[in-house]
Amino acid sequence: MAAAPAAGGTVRGRGAISFQRKAAAGSRLAAVAGTRPSVRHGQLLLSSGLPSLDCVLGGGVAVGTLLLIEEDKYGLYSNLLFKYFLAEGVVCGHDLFVASAKEHPDNILKELPAPLLDDTYRNELAEEATAVKSEDFEDSMKIAWRYQNLPKMEASPTTSTKFGHYYDVSKTMSPELFQSIKWHSFYLPEELSLQPEVKTCNVNSAYARLLQSIQRIIYQEGFDGSDPQKKQKNILRIGIQSLGSMLWGDDICSSDTPEDIHSLTKFLYVLRGLLRKSLSACIITVPSHLIQNKAIMERVTNLSDMVVGLESFIGSERETNPLYKDYHGLVHVHQIPRLNSLICDVSDTKDLAFRLKRKLFTIEWVQDNYLRQERNIYPAGFSYLLKQKDSAWGEGSLQHSTFLMSFLAKATAFASRLVRHSEPHKQTGSGRIRQTAELRMWCYGHRQEAPGLLVIST
Amino acid sequence: MKRFRVNSRCCETPEQTAASWCTISSPSTSELAVRFALWPCSSPSVTITSSRRSCLTAAKERGQLVFLEGLKSCLDLLFGEKEKQSGQPSPLQFISESASNLKALFDFVRTSVTPAGSESWKGPVLLVDDLSVLLSLGATPVAVLDFIHYCRVTVCSQLKGNIVVLVHSNEDSEDEENELVVNSLCHHSDLILWVEGLATGFCKDVHGQIKIIRRASLELTAEQDLVQIYQYKIQDKNVTFFARGLSAAVL
Repeated sequence: MAAAPAAGGTVRGRGAISFQRKAAAGSRLAAVAGTRPSVRHGQLLLSSGLPSLDCVLGGGVAVGTLLLIEEDKYGLYSNLLFKYFLAEGVVCGHDLFVASAKEHPDNILKELPAPLLDDTYRNELAEEATAVKSEDFEDSMKIAWRYQNLPKMEASPTTSTKFGHYYDVSKTMSPELFQSIKWHSFYLPEELSLQPEVKTCNVNSAYARLLQSIQRIIYQEGFDGSDPQKKQKNILRIGIQSLGSMLWGDDICSSDTPEDIHSLTKFLYVLRGLLRKSLSACIITVPSHLIQNKAIMERVTNLSDMVVGLESFIGSERETNPLYKDYHGLVHVHQIPRLNSLICDVSDTKDLAFRLKRKLFTIEWVQDNYLRQERNIYPAGFSYLLKQKDSAWGEGSLQHSTFLMSFLAKATAFASRLVRHSEPHKQTGSGRIRQTAELRMWCYGHRQEAPGLLVIST
Repeated sequence: MKRFRVNSRCCETPEQTAASWCTISSPSTSELAVRFALWPCSSPSVTITSSRRSCLTAAKERGQLVFLEGLKSCLDLLFGEKEKQSGQPSPLQFISESASNLKALFDFVRTSVTPAGSESWKGPVLLVDDLSVLLSLGATPVAVLDFIHYCRVTVCSQLKGNIVVLVHSNEDSEDEENELVVNSLCHHSDLILWVEGLATGFCKDVHGQIKIIRRASLELTAEQDLVQIYQYKIQDKNVTFFARGLSAAVL
């Protein structure tokens, strides 16, 4: 990383590529806008535009690293993350480099979400969020008490964060914010018509052009420290959309045995070399669900620093799953870097989901939602009984535990009969033959069971 | 589950090999170390804590440590100006050429490892950080295996040194080329350090387990390989190893 040599002595000479400890020089480097030094490994961190994603990535995106987003099926949410990253760059005053083969970068930049800089709006959201939280957690967890002490993800703008901003997806960024920003674009159809030939080095020609372009910008604008005259250091945020798709001239997404399986991996390797050498960070979205040859995705994952996969629920069976009813998709974190230390900042929470709620995009731990519905694991009538004050069915009572045991036993018998005999759930016809267990309330004849209790008829 | 295997082929003393999680012991005066990192320095294969870094700087100056940084060399190759083509081809030349043999790389290793003239280094150690990256860069598995074979002949047989190689592998990996290289290396190694996560999933106190397999002999004899399994927990600068079942979570 181009920067001041670390206090511990340099191992390599000028233009050092590897990470170095920046303990002593931390205060000087923090002068770069929009960054903060990490407490764990002393690297400079940038915000990814989404504070909850920053939590997941261990504080933020380190300067000189590559963040790879595996696109969801229709590319909606990965596009959103891409725009958040660029919008954060605009708000922090960083330079931007946007590359795309699909949309013109000018159009991408016109559609960036507007930042929530207005304090009144943030306070409104904060009030709503605290109201929701207080009514949920009044009484402590009775069943899932082990989860109570786990940390909550920071999902709403309750605390003032100087690092990382919140964005409103429904509004676009006003052009005034762009005034002072320097941005570069790479639109593949234009580039192909401009320059006729470029040295390819056995890489796909589109990738080769992109690499040349990035290297030229880094060198000319002095992001690699080659210009000592430049006093004010700035960060270059690079965004590459849908890399590996057919529009880039690569056929790994369309065929099982692609012609050249090494182009994308070579590109990523060289790109990482460029990133390590300069004050920049890169976000790439890859349509990994289209790549037939999974070996390529494994190599791509090994070659990137951070890999986050998005899986949206649109059109999948999970859309109707009650556990996921508040969410729009899942977040899979495949890789987190180990920078300057043996250990990486892996967060303890593993099941992450995202949602687009109240114009805010947040990533949360799925279990939060389950815990809010804790009571719903009981059958309907039983919950009613439990809610009564001083009910004989309260927890700890003998009735409660015997009920639970018999309920569970009958539920499993019911389920196993269904599975074993494939018996229909509904009663067929109006005859008296009842073939399966049903959830019934007995109102005539026989002894009064507790409402909601399963009855198995012969 | 991700696994990292560090294979080493030793000639004389197995104790001299650098295991994957230990810091590099400061090279003794008679050892020449050639470190070959295709990967940026902070990787699980070799750790260099700050106390050792000054040793390594000194070693590099003395000529005891030769370091080929793959990323930098690759950038020079692709974006370097024409004057730099001084006749000596770049070690990573195979990236830009269609002939995917690693001869240039091997030549670089051989010239670095062979003691030249007045230096009296003995027992060279070749450390290869991430052979799997070579496959991603376009080398065929056969070329990679040939390269390792040539290195073995030079470093181990001729110069009585050691080689330590790091490879990545996944349990249900679909990367057949990688698995081919890994299996072949396993068959030819004296010592395999097989690092993997726990079969039961994520745990805060035990980050994974390491299997140390010492081959009794490389010929087909009736002797069993000696297998030892330890579990480890990684801290910021250090790794603690303990026997299975004796982690901090249990004690």
